[in-house]
Amino acid sequence: MASHGIKDQVAIVGMGCTPFGEHWDKGADDMLVDAAHEAYASAGVKQDDIDAFWLGTMGSGVSGLTLSKPLQIDYKPVSRLENMCATGSEAFRNACYAVASGAYDVVMAIGVEKLKDSGYSGLTGSRPPSDGTDSSLTAPATFSLLAPAYAHKNGLDDETMKEVLTRIAWKNHKNGALNPRAQFRKEVAKETIAGSPLVAGPLGIFDCSGVSDGSAAAVIVRAEDAHRYTDKPLYVKALSFSSGPATGALDPSYDYTTFREVRASAEEAYKQAGIDDPRSQIAMAEVHDCFTPTELVLMEDLGFAEEGTAWKEALNGAFDLDGDLPVNPDGGLKSFGHPIGASGLRMLFECWLQLRGEAPPERQIDSDKTLGLTHNLGGQPGACVSFVSVVGSELG
Amino acid sequence: MRGIIGYGTYVPYYRLDRAKITAAMGAGGGRGHRAVAGYDEDTTTMGVEAARNALRSSNLTPSSIWFATANPAYLDKTNATAIQAALDLPQATWAVDAGGSARSAEAAILGARGTSGISMAVVSDLRTGNPTSNDESGGGDAAAAVLFGDDEDAPVIAYAMGLATSTGEFLDRYRLPGESASRIWEERFGEQAYITLAEDAIERALKEADIALEDVDRVVIAGLHARAVRSLSRIAGDKLVDDLTGRIGNPGAAQLPLLVASALDNADPGEIILCVHLADGAYASVLRTTDAISDYTPFATVESQIEKGSDSLDYNLYLTWRGFLDREPPRRPDPDRPGAPPAFRSEDWKYAFVGSRDRSSGAIHLPPMRVSMDGGAVDDMERVRMADTPATIATFTVDYLAFSLSPPTVAVVIDFDGGGRFQAEMTDVDPNEVKIGDRVEMTFRRLFTAQGIHNYFWKARPLAE
Repeated sequence: MASHGIKDQVAIVGMGCTPFGEHWDKGADDMLVDAAHEAYASAGVKQDDIDAFWLGTMGSGVSGLTLSKPLQIDYKPVSRLENMCATGSEAFRNACYAVASGAYDVVMAIGVEKLKDSGYSGLTGSRPPSDGTDSSLTAPATFSLLAPAYAHKNGLDDETMKEVLTRIAWKNHKNGALNPRAQFRKEVAKETIAGSPLVAGPLGIFDCSGVSDGSAAAVIVRAEDAHRYTDKPLYVKALSFSSGPATGALDPSYDYTTFREVRASAEEAYKQAGIDDPRSQIAMAEVHDCFTPTELVLMEDLGFAEEGTAWKEALNGAFDLDGDLPVNPDGGLKSFGHPIGASGLRMLFECWLQLRGEAPPERQIDSDKTLGLTHNLGGQPGACVSFVSVVGSELG
Repeated sequence: MRGIIGYGTYVPYYRLDRAKITAAMGAGGGRGHRAVAGYDEDTTTMGVEAARNALRSSNLTPSSIWFATANPAYLDKTNATAIQAALDLPQATWAVDAGGSARSAEAAILGARGTSGISMAVVSDLRTGNPTSNDESGGGDAAAAVLFGDDEDAPVIAYAMGLATSTGEFLDRYRLPGESASRIWEERFGEQAYITLAEDAIERALKEADIALEDVDRVVIAGLHARAVRSLSRIAGDKLVDDLTGRIGNPGAAQLPLLVASALDNADPGEIILCVHLADGAYASVLRTTDAISDYTPFATVESQIEKGSDSLDYNLYLTWRGFLDREPPRRPDPDRPGAPPAFRSEDWKYAFVGSRDRSSGAIHLPPMRVSMDGGAVDDMERVRMADTPATIATFTVDYLAFSLSPPTVAVVIDFDGGGRFQAEMTDVDPNEVKIGDRVEMTFRRLFTAQGIHNYFWKARPLAE
């Protein structure tokens, strides 16, 4: 028994991505229509050409009807998936497997989340009835546990740690300022970021991703059919998913400076894609920067920086748009907010633009590398699910 | 011989400086402090803490719990069941409430005393009053537990040589169900009634003990009627035990057992203590300590708990905690109520803080798991209660966004001595004072109340030194 991957068996031939933001004038239905039809147009297909759909949404609807009704899909299979904040990636992963299996020729993965209708701050969700003993901590609080632990382990004082986190937020906002689809499209001064009101632990408002609405979609076909739809398909090199035993809060050996699930999913993805040095082989990465310390820790977990060095690399600009390995060139969750079902596909959308050379010139990465990585995370340190994909513009 | 074989007390962490009431309202308040139950405490949780202290002092297992309070957390539903569950006592334990009045303390004490086997009276009270009232400034929150048994159960440390009660039907103080403050008749009227009732009970108790008032070494006088208590105190002279009202206020139903405990904390063998309670009648008990009291060490004395209190509490926060001041809630959903069946299934975990230990690897799981995180053994676990095990903070954070009656929420990841990790809320602590490496212990609290359900569970608090 082994995992084999589906390297170069399927390809993305069209994508759509709505602007992310506070869409008071659009519901989930509207955004699904927008993203799906942009993807159809991008691939040059009609809705009737799609054989099956995978819809990712955490809470904007249940069942395939959430998609088939607004799109008026005629009696085709629609799967609705949820895997916490990695929901959008999970829709994509399962859609890819359906094509690779030979069951369908043309499929769509689409994700959506309408967060701004709740009236609450931050993310909310309903849980099954419980005994009342579950942690009531908010997401920023659970991720804030990373900061003191990372600083303690690597001998950083509070001031340096704050500087590192601030630089990550500053970098992502700088990238987002160049992206017309982003929720926040302006640079933010480091002093503003560092001085923002505290939300949890050392994290201020600007250390947190925003709350927004959005949708993104991809059309997927067999690799050998890809050139029927586009001259520049994106081939799927690796898809990995890791769901952990959630023992971080039970296991004294867990030190809150890593995501074991991310390490497992990265290792699996690199094996599938044949990558042995991600730092030098990947052109760009879109990672799950839900909070600034998350991105910091991810740089080490994804193998972009040596153990204990991500903070230095972040400070010296290694992950900037013009750095050694650009991370979140589209602005990340920091600039886009995190409409849960859509985020994973929004990350792929940036790979779609960058690896095809279609990003706006002001943020187009100049690289001869052909691989992009997306990383999507759900849960909290010590108890999470992690997704990694590698896509590339060339076969082989 | 049947008598007291152990006891425990609980005085909450917070104190309200009465001058803060005067400063804010231009009225009320006064000198000294009152003890204040935290926003996450009620009479049930304070009762659990007093009972835990009693059991940790004596290492006994009671077969019945008699819980009394004038401020029950639930009506209709028995509150003593949560205490029984939190103490991890077997289902054969009979746990029962006496409630509604300060006098119900006597029901718990005499009930436990009069039952066979080891019995525990747990008395707890949380006193409220209208802003600027005497009840507000003069009240206090506390709990006390007294274990009764026979010599064969454990050495009796004190026993009643004589005991008498009297009853009077008259309007002293009264409160309709649901009201947040009591109403009080003119004080001079009650004073006269109480003195008559007390003299009668004291005379009969002394007679049964076959001693004269002069033979008494110390006198404890408890009661919410301050004027009557003061008047009756004249019989005690310099033998009067400090009623602590200046430092913690008057904890209503819990005052009698708390003051008796305070007297026992400092008692020598052979002391005679006259204990009087004024509440809709009078109760007089002539206690005599035995030689065994020299060998009895309370887990935490009343004095030590009073000393470690914090007077940082501001009056506006006090009013908020007691429901007299509604603040703008956070823009977050209200917490979900706990489900009755899930809470029932996890009673050992939720109420007694019992996890599971893998027999093969020794790994401790909090909450308990069926499948081991270390080695994957299935259904090979033994129960392990961690409620009384100290722990060390591995990491922590302060959550300014989470729902709380008193934000911010402090969360800590703690590693227990001897193994086991848990992510807990921390209470009774200044958020700015929390550090990695700090020592903590567990305490039974009410996390929140949702749709009429009190969500009881355990939190961490700084370890008492």
